[in-house]
Amino acid sequence: MAKQLHIFVENKPGRLKTITESLQKIGINIRAFAIQDRGDYGLMKLIVSDPRQAHLSLADMGCACALKDVLAVSIPDRPGNLHRLLGALADGGINIIDAHGFVLQPNKQGICVIEIENLAQTNAEQVVRKAGFDVLDDDQLNNL
Amino acid sequence: MEIRYWNKEIETADREKLRQIQLQRLKSIIASALKTPFYSRRLPSVGIHSPDDIKSLDDLRKIPFTTKDDLRQNYPKGLLSVDTSEVVRIHTSSGTTGVPTVIYLSAKDLDAATDIMARSIYATGTDKTDILQNMMSYGLFTGGLCMHYGAERVGLMVIPAAGGNTKRQIQLMKDFRTTVLHITPSYLLHVHSKLAEYSVAVSDLALKKAFVGAEPHSENTRRKIEDLFDIDAYNSYGLSEMNGPGVAFECVYKTDLHLWEDAYIVEIINPKTGELVPDGKEGEVILTNLIRHAMPLMRYRTRDLAFLHKESCPCKRTHRRLSRILGRTDDMLIINGVNIFPSQIEEVIMKIPEVGTNYQICVEKQGALDRLIVKVELYSKIFMGEAKQIDNLKAKIADELKASITLKPAVELHEPGVLPVFEGKAVRVVDSRPKL
Ligand SMILES: [Zn+2]
Repeated sequence: MAKQLHIFVENKPGRLKTITESLQKIGINIRAFAIQDRGDYGLMKLIVSDPRQAHLSLADMGCACALKDVLAVSIPDRPGNLHRLLGALADGGINIIDAHGFVLQPNKQGICVIEIENLAQTNAEQVVRKAGFDVLDDDQLNNL
Repeated sequence: MEIRYWNKEIETADREKLRQIQLQRLKSIIASALKTPFYSRRLPSVGIHSPDDIKSLDDLRKIPFTTKDDLRQNYPKGLLSVDTSEVVRIHTSSGTTGVPTVIYLSAKDLDAATDIMARSIYATGTDKTDILQNMMSYGLFTGGLCMHYGAERVGLMVIPAAGGNTKRQIQLMKDFRTTVLHITPSYLLHVHSKLAEYSVAVSDLALKKAFVGAEPHSENTRRKIEDLFDIDAYNSYGLSEMNGPGVAFECVYKTDLHLWEDAYIVEIINPKTGELVPDGKEGEVILTNLIRHAMPLMRYRTRDLAFLHKESCPCKRTHRRLSRILGRTDDMLIINGVNIFPSQIEEVIMKIPEVGTNYQICVEKQGALDRLIVKVELYSKIFMGEAKQIDNLKAKIADELKASITLKPAVELHEPGVLPVFEGKAVRVVDSRPKL
C-alpha cells in the first residue's frame, strides 16, 4: 500500500516552506503534494521519494506528522476514467475523505491518490482493481 | 430630585446607629459561624469562643481574612452552619480551579438578601410601575435569580429573559414595553449595535433605566450607554460570595454605590500588608456578610480594588459609597460578565493528553462583546494524520472548557513548539480588550 505523509501545519506564512526546506536538506524528493485547508490550520499531504525517512526526519523536528495508507491508482489519462473510478468506489459504498491527482505523462498516465475512510476495513483495493485500474504500492510509486 | 427610601430608618440611620446594628449582627453571625467546621476551628485560634468575645467592632479585626482558597479547601460544606434541610437555595461561582465556591441561604437569609436587593432597586427611583427585563444568566450564578427576587419584592413586572438571543431580547423589550434592564455593559452595547439590523429604533422602546454590573466599566462607558439609549444607567456591585448584585448600588444621584452597611461590613485594605487604608484611598474590598447565617462569611477578600468616598451623598443615605471597581488583585478575567480564572483553563488543558502543556489565553473584542480564544499546541506523537481527529479534538477541548468555565471558547490548535513559553501565569494571558 502506498504511504502519504500528512503534516499538521497552522495557517500562517512560511510554515509550508519550513517543511519543504527540511525535506530538501535530507534529499527527499516531493513527487506530489496537496494541501487540505481547514481554516485556522491545514494538512499538508505529500507523496515523497522515501516516506519513512521523511516522516522520521520531520517527527524529529517536533512536527505533528503521520504516515497514512492511501490508494495510489494509476489511471490512463483519458476522458471519463476518473468518473469510472469514482463510480466504482461509490458503488462499493466506499467513502473518500480526500483525494488529489497528477498527470504523470500527458495523454498516457495519471495518478490519483485517494484517502479512504477506514481503509483497512474496506475492500477498496479490490474494488479499484476490479474496475480495471492498477493500484500502486510504495515502491512502484517511488520508481515512477 | 425626589428621593424614595425602601427603608428610610435604616438607610438614613446615623453612623452610630449603624455601628450598633453592625455590632449586634456581627455577634449573631459569630454565633452561627461557631457552628461551622471551618470557623469553629479558626475563631477559637484567635481567642473567639463565643459572641461575647466580640466587645466592639474593632474586635472584627481579630478575625483572620477568609479567602477564596479557604472556600475551595472547605468545599462543599465546611462553612455550612445548619443542616441542609434548613437551606432553601445554593449558588456557586467560579473558583480558581474546577472547584467552585458555593453559598447556602436559609429561608431567612434569602428573605434578607431579597430585601437588600429590593432596597437597591428602589433607590434608583424604580418602582412597581416598572417592567424589568433581567438579562443576566439565571441558574447557579447569583446575578439572575437574586435580582429577580428583589424586583418581584418591589412589585415590578419581571421578564426573566436571561442572557443571549439578542433578537428575542429586543422583541421582548418592544412587546412588553420594558422600562428597566439588568445587563452587563458590554452586552448592552452589543444590543445597541443590533437594533438597526432588526429595524428597531431606540424610540420604539420604552427604556428608562439600566442596572449595569458584573463587569468593571468606566464613567465614559456609562455615559455612552446613557447617550445611546437615552436612559439612566446605574452601577451595581456584588459578588456571589456576598449574595450577588445588591451589595452596593447607585442612588438617583449616580455618584458611586451606596454599600449597605447594615448588611455588610466593608473594610478597604492594602492588599500587600492587610492594613486598613483610610476612606478615599484605593485598596482591596473586604466584606463581612451580616445577613447570612446558613453560611457565614467574614472578612472575605474579594480581590476587587476600590475606595470609599468620604463625602456624604445628597440623597441623605448614611451608608458610604463605594467607587467603581478599579481592578483586581488577582488574575481573574471577566468575560462577558462571567468570572474566569486562567488556572481553571490550565487545569482543563493539563488533563487532555492530546495537547502539550504550553498554552495561551487570548481575550479580544468582537464588536461590543468579548471573545475568548484558547490556544494550545497539538502533542505531535498523537497525530494520526486526519483532519477529523483535529476537529474532534478542538471540539472536545471547547466542550471540556465550557463544562468548567461555563462559556465556550474558540479553540486554536497550533503546531508543537510555536506558542511562547512562559514561566509565570499572568503572561500566558493576552487581554487586548480596550478598557470599557
Ligand atoms: Zn445617594
